[in-house]
Amino acid sequence: MAISFTLNGKSQSVDVDPQMPLLWVLRDTLNMTGTKFGCGMALCGACTVHIDGEASRSCITPISAVAGKKITTIEGLSADGSHPVQQAWLEIDVPQCGYCQCGQIMSAAALLSKKASPTDAEIDDFMSGNICRCGTYQRIRKAIHRAAELQSAHGKSA
Amino acid sequence: MTTLTLDRREFLKTGTIAGAGLLIGFHLSEAVADDPAEEQEKKTPNPFNAWVHIAPDNRVTLILEKSEMGQGIMTALPMILAEELCVDWKMVGVEQAPTNPAVYNHGTGGSGSVSSCWLPMRRAGAAAREMLVAAAAARWNVNPNTCVAQDGGVLHGSRKNFLTYGELVADAAKQPIPNLNTVPLKNSDNFNIVGREMPRWEGHSKANGSAIFGIDSRVPGMQFAVVARCPVFGGKVKSFDAAKAKAVTGVRDVFAIEPVGTGAFTAGGVAIVADNSWAAMQGRKALQVSWEEGPNANESSDTLHQQFLANAGKPGKTVRNDGDADAALASASKKVDATYEFPFAAHATMEPMNCTVHIRQDSAEAWVPTQAPQWAQDVIAGVSKLPKDKITVHTTLMGGGFGRRYMGDFVMEAAQVSKVTGKPVMVLWTREDDMQHDFYRPASYHHFSGGLDEKGGLAAWKHFQTSTSIEAMWNPKGQENPEKSEFATAAFIPYQTPNYRVEYTLAQSGVPRAWWRSVEHSTSGFVVECFVDELAAAAGADPLEFRLRLIGTDRKVPDFTDPKQGKPLDTARLKGVLKLAAEKAAWGSPLPKGVARGIAGYYSFETYTAAIAEVSVKNGVPKIHRLVYAVDCGRPVNPEGIRAQVEGAAIYGLSAALHDAITIKGGRVVQSNFNDYQMPRIADAAKTEIYIVPSKEEPTGIGEPGLPVVAASVCNAIYALSKKRIRRLPIRAEDLA
Repeated sequence: MAISFTLNGKSQSVDVDPQMPLLWVLRDTLNMTGTKFGCGMALCGACTVHIDGEASRSCITPISAVAGKKITTIEGLSADGSHPVQQAWLEIDVPQCGYCQCGQIMSAAALLSKKASPTDAEIDDFMSGNICRCGTYQRIRKAIHRAAELQSAHGKSA
Repeated sequence: MTTLTLDRREFLKTGTIAGAGLLIGFHLSEAVADDPAEEQEKKTPNPFNAWVHIAPDNRVTLILEKSEMGQGIMTALPMILAEELCVDWKMVGVEQAPTNPAVYNHGTGGSGSVSSCWLPMRRAGAAAREMLVAAAAARWNVNPNTCVAQDGGVLHGSRKNFLTYGELVADAAKQPIPNLNTVPLKNSDNFNIVGREMPRWEGHSKANGSAIFGIDSRVPGMQFAVVARCPVFGGKVKSFDAAKAKAVTGVRDVFAIEPVGTGAFTAGGVAIVADNSWAAMQGRKALQVSWEEGPNANESSDTLHQQFLANAGKPGKTVRNDGDADAALASASKKVDATYEFPFAAHATMEPMNCTVHIRQDSAEAWVPTQAPQWAQDVIAGVSKLPKDKITVHTTLMGGGFGRRYMGDFVMEAAQVSKVTGKPVMVLWTREDDMQHDFYRPASYHHFSGGLDEKGGLAAWKHFQTSTSIEAMWNPKGQENPEKSEFATAAFIPYQTPNYRVEYTLAQSGVPRAWWRSVEHSTSGFVVECFVDELAAAAGADPLEFRLRLIGTDRKVPDFTDPKQGKPLDTARLKGVLKLAAEKAAWGSPLPKGVARGIAGYYSFETYTAAIAEVSVKNGVPKIHRLVYAVDCGRPVNPEGIRAQVEGAAIYGLSAALHDAITIKGGRVVQSNFNDYQMPRIADAAKTEIYIVPSKEEPTGIGEPGLPVVAASVCNAIYALSKKRIRRLPIRAEDLA
């Protein structure tokens, strides 16, 4: 039975096992590989997407649970990589291997949508579910502060 | 400039087909790849074919022979090429080299890429530049010596006579190729790319989701497979019933694959091939399989610990013996004994192992996240029985490597599966597969005895070690010299003593081992730098002053483990980083109550590293507030990349200090995922400051040298805080109490 949802602003329908996690629908059915597989148990955050604006772990979210919902993946966070978090990520040169970074960026964007100017403690708390084995944490923290500035500047100029 | 470690990694090459299995053995003749004559011969192809592609619109594409796993080589090596080529960095693109060991040195490991490619890349860039200049001079009919290469073009006299590389490249490619040994290199005073703070070249793709890792390979008609492997190392399939697995929607095929021994070291098992990854995983859950557990089923971390104790009760093989350590210890004015122990550790790259292979009738193609594409090619050649030139290996980006992706095991499995199906297939590892079928950092046990004379000098240093050697696993003759892979700098410490004894006993284990970020240095750095701290305390001396005094005069300490090829330890440079770190961290200045400093300084991968940690302990958990590093890695090619690598090594080292422990029970790994194999999280990240020593020495390694000093400086700080000596990792609450 087909399951329909909104994916990066466009309506999308898939006919798969309703238990299949959103992660594998994105990666294997739709060939959208920006969302990564890391653990399969919501322990590492590499698969983070936004479901109705909330940071969610797509590896444990059955596709049936997103019927009718709005999903944003890294491919849809901005049209041209210009989201303040993405800009800040480049400015601070955060990624190393880069594998976890799409998940980090999606988590950071969700944080900033709720908290315009988070403290270090709030960043550490919200980002605690995202592992980076390369150890870019110091730069992630710095880049989130920078993204907050960019977002605020953008808000004022708009 | 090859170190023992790089050397060892480089000479893992595919051997011959012996019987049914593919033997990947040690070919010592391959180990001399840095011989200048041989290098010269290998690197004589036209640089416009091998290294530099210039389009008519002046866009420059530089070819990368090494693999990018996060260490920034996709930026650093092209910077070196671009420097000599005299092009604008903004015009530079980077492309991964095709897998062709006849032209390229692909193997990426041992923190050796920048140091081993520094001269070859400069020469290749310079050769291309000279050919462009020669082409311009011919066009103008002037002496090439009156022409200058700059900003992606050649200039003669006034600005009117300027030809862009795009206008010249067709002629340039036909010019004679300069002798690479004599081609003029730029004066380093004129460098304007090397030494600049350069952001990661592929950064954009990693911030917008377009970066393609191995796991993202998508090929028309491809299938996805997982392998059910015996959880016990060395075990194999006894029997299986595929019916329930095949009943899962999307599962297409279920069949056994054979384990492959020395070299590949795969577990074999049952492959479940499906339309998508999820279906393959569900198929594996449904599979009914029973295992023949084999000879290692009774091994455990406890039995290994008992073996360590038994080995430590007897003298080991003499590795080094200067003077008479036992006699000097007997008459020392103070004697210190300490025992250190380390568990196995997993690499835990964020991208789990995977490989996509398509074996056709007459050719094969593969998409491999690998540190060793040449090895992947060899493995596929062995399985497919196709000649190597019919096998195209695409090296993809890697979601972390740390040594794990040098291996051929995950390639072997994918080749075996595609050989059966004839279709393109990705063999995907789940996190549990990755955690439980890794090649682990060896477990080891060390006993130290040190003696101080009346003046506080080092009268004797005795180090006994027993471990599950890497050499014993990988080298078919490694049981004879298992110590070869286990000491590194611990066998040539910079601390002067007339009586220096090192002994070793091999511990037998069925658990696979290999190179983990910083390899033996991860443990050698810890034991040497913690034990010298213990001696400083016994002498009542300041840990920094004690180190500087024992290091003593400026001199070169030969690499005892590899006197021919290993670069000696330069004590002046080691003292330099210790002093720089101390200055930046304000060593000796007051700290808030409950916070203390610890120091460590160490030489690895030809690089000198010192770290000072500021640590507190709360509820049995150490908190690292600040880490101050000084590093001397020769001429900094990309300071931005160097700092990133040291920041990363700091977290990897913290992981070893606080968490990493693979425990064995019933011949299998107990841990399975990030719930029981914990990683540092963002809140654990210390404020890390990195100071790079300005230098014009040849560049040296940086991916790994930041690691060995982390746990040592942290544990030395814990001692300064609480007088508790941490002698086993990871740090446990009970050892802090």
